[in-house]
Amino acid sequence: MIFINDGGNEEMSEYIEHDTGGVSVGVVKKRYFTFAEPPHEMILESGAKLGPITIAYETCGTLNESRSNVVIVEHALTGDSHAAGYYSENDTKPGWWDIMVGPGKGIDTDKYFVVCSNILGSCMGTTGPGFNNPRTGKPYGLDFPVVTIGDMVKAQKALCDHLGIEKILSVIGGSIGGFQVLEWCLRYPDMVCSAIPLATTARHSALAIAFNEVGRQAIMADPNWANGSYYSGPKPDLGLAVARMIGHITYLSDESMRHKFGRKLQDKNDFSFNFDADFQVESYLRHQGEKFIERFDANSFLYITKAADYFDLKNQHGGGSTVRAFSKAKAKFMVVSFSSDWLYPTYQSKAMVKAMKKNGLDVSFCEIDAEWGHDAFLLKSDRLTALIRGFLERVCRETGQGRHEI
Amino acid sequence: MRFDLQIIASWIKDGSKVLDLGCGEGDLLHFLKKERGVSGTGIECDESKVARCIERGLPVLQGDINEEIQDYPDKSFDYVIVSQTLQQVYRPDELIQPLLRIGRRVIVSFPNFGHWKIGLHILLSGYAPVTRQLPYQWYDTPNIRVITIKDFRKFSREVGFDILTEVAIKDRNSCKRGNIIKILPNMRATYGIFMIGETDK
Repeated sequence: MIFINDGGNEEMSEYIEHDTGGVSVGVVKKRYFTFAEPPHEMILESGAKLGPITIAYETCGTLNESRSNVVIVEHALTGDSHAAGYYSENDTKPGWWDIMVGPGKGIDTDKYFVVCSNILGSCMGTTGPGFNNPRTGKPYGLDFPVVTIGDMVKAQKALCDHLGIEKILSVIGGSIGGFQVLEWCLRYPDMVCSAIPLATTARHSALAIAFNEVGRQAIMADPNWANGSYYSGPKPDLGLAVARMIGHITYLSDESMRHKFGRKLQDKNDFSFNFDADFQVESYLRHQGEKFIERFDANSFLYITKAADYFDLKNQHGGGSTVRAFSKAKAKFMVVSFSSDWLYPTYQSKAMVKAMKKNGLDVSFCEIDAEWGHDAFLLKSDRLTALIRGFLERVCRETGQGRHEI
Repeated sequence: MRFDLQIIASWIKDGSKVLDLGCGEGDLLHFLKKERGVSGTGIECDESKVARCIERGLPVLQGDINEEIQDYPDKSFDYVIVSQTLQQVYRPDELIQPLLRIGRRVIVSFPNFGHWKIGLHILLSGYAPVTRQLPYQWYDTPNIRVITIKDFRKFSREVGFDILTEVAIKDRNSCKRGNIIKILPNMRATYGIFMIGETDK
C-alpha cells in the first residue's frame, strides 16, 4: 500500500491530488510540428546540427484575433506538453498543472491561449535521444547531440513562428521550466511582455549539479544502459529508478519529510532486520522510482539534466555579469520562490531580482512560505494562484495585450 | 486611505516614479497609480501583504527595506516614500542617505511622540504611553524609535539634508480624516510629514 495521497511529488508525478473542483479545459489534443528538415537543420549551441525536429505541443483556450493573449507554460525536467485537461472523455488523469490552468483558474483559459510544448531532448513526443536518427533508422541514443536550455527555447520559438505567434503575453514555468522562462526573456526580449519564473535560478548551483551527476552516474552504472544503446533490449530501469529517487529527495525538504514520513515504518510494526524497505520514506522513494521508469527514458534524463547543469545566464548572456545578462530583458517579471526549496533556494531568486532591479526592470518578488520544498510550486496553492492571476491581469492592463476580443 | 497618505499623495506629481517603502497592502500605490498615473513599486517584508499588492496589480518586492534599496541606480525615483516606517527602523540615519541617493525626493511620515497627550500620559500615569496612534505596549511595539517633529528637524541638520516641505497633522477617530496643525505642531500634531531632497529647479 502506498499511503501518499496528499501531493508532494514534483514534476507531474502521479500523486498530486488533482483537486480541480470539477472545472477543466476539457479534452485536449497532443499535436506535432516538424521543422529543421535537412539541409536546414537547427544549429545547436554546441555547434552540432539537429534535424528534422518534431515538437509535441498542446494548446488550451482560444487565440484572440490580435494574437495577443498567448501564455506559454514551460514544463520541468520530466514533464510533458499535457499541462491541463484530459485526452478523452474517459481519461481520469488531468494534465500536470490542471490546478493552475483552466477556466477561471490562475492561468484562465477563458482569457488566455495557453501553449505548452515538450522540451527538446525529452521523450514525450518531442525529438530526443529515443527518437529515430534519420541517418541510421535507429534511435539516436548517445548520437543525439547535447542540447541546452537555449536550444530548447529556440525550438519553441520555431513552434511559435509556425503558430503565427509574434507576441507572448507571459512565459510561465518552474524549476527547469523557469530556466526556459528566463532564456526566453533574454533571447527574444521583444516578444515577451512578461515572465513568471517560479522556484528557479539564473545559474545552476554546484549542489544542483551534484545531485544531477549522481543521478546520471546511477543510470550509466546500470549494465543495461549499454552506452545509451538499449532501445532494442532491456532498459536501465534500476539506474533510472535510483536517479529518480535522488531527484525526489531534492524536491522535498527536511520539514516536509519529517511531517510526511518521520520515522514511520511501512506496513510493519518492527524492523525487518534485512534490507527491505522498512521506513515509509524508503517505500515512497522506491515507488516513485518504479513509477517513473514506466514513463521516462533514461537517456532523456541524462540529456535534460546536462542541459540544466550547463544553464548559466550570467556567463552565457552576461559575460560573467548577471546584471549585464538581464540588460537584454524587457519583460515585466514576477519572481516567486518557496521558503523550504533547497534545490533552488530563495537567495538564488533574489540574485536574479537584484539584477533585474539594477536594470530598471519592472519586477515583483514574493517568497511563499511553504514546507513542501521545491515541490511546492506544483502543489495547490491559493497564494500562488492569486499571485499569477493578479500579475497577468496587470500585464494585460498595462500592455494593452491579451484582451479577449472574441 | 489614511489621512497622512492623502497628504503625501497630494504632493506627488502626475506620472512620476515612486518607491513606497513598507507599502503594506499598497493603498497609497494603488491610489497613485489609478488617480495620478504614477508608476510605482513597493517594498514590504510581510508575505501576505506582498501577495495582496500583487493581486491588486501592483509591482512589489518582498524584502528588507535596508537591503532592497541598495540595488537601485542613483535617482531611480522621483519620490521615495517612507510612511510610518521610520520609527520602526533600527538606524534611521543610515537609511536616509541611500534614500536620498535613489530618489530625487524623499517623503517621510511618522507618529509624533511630542504630542501633549503622550507627555501628559507619562507625567500623570508614569507608564509608557499607549495611544490610538501608538497602540502598543512597550514590550510588543514595532516602533523602536521615538521621534518628535522637532527631533526630525534637528535630525535634518545633523545628518545634513534639506527639508523642502513639512506638514503636521492631527488625525480624527477614523484615521481617514484629519486636520493640518499650524500652531504648536510639535505639541498638537499626531503625525509629522516631511519632504526632503532636491529643491525644484
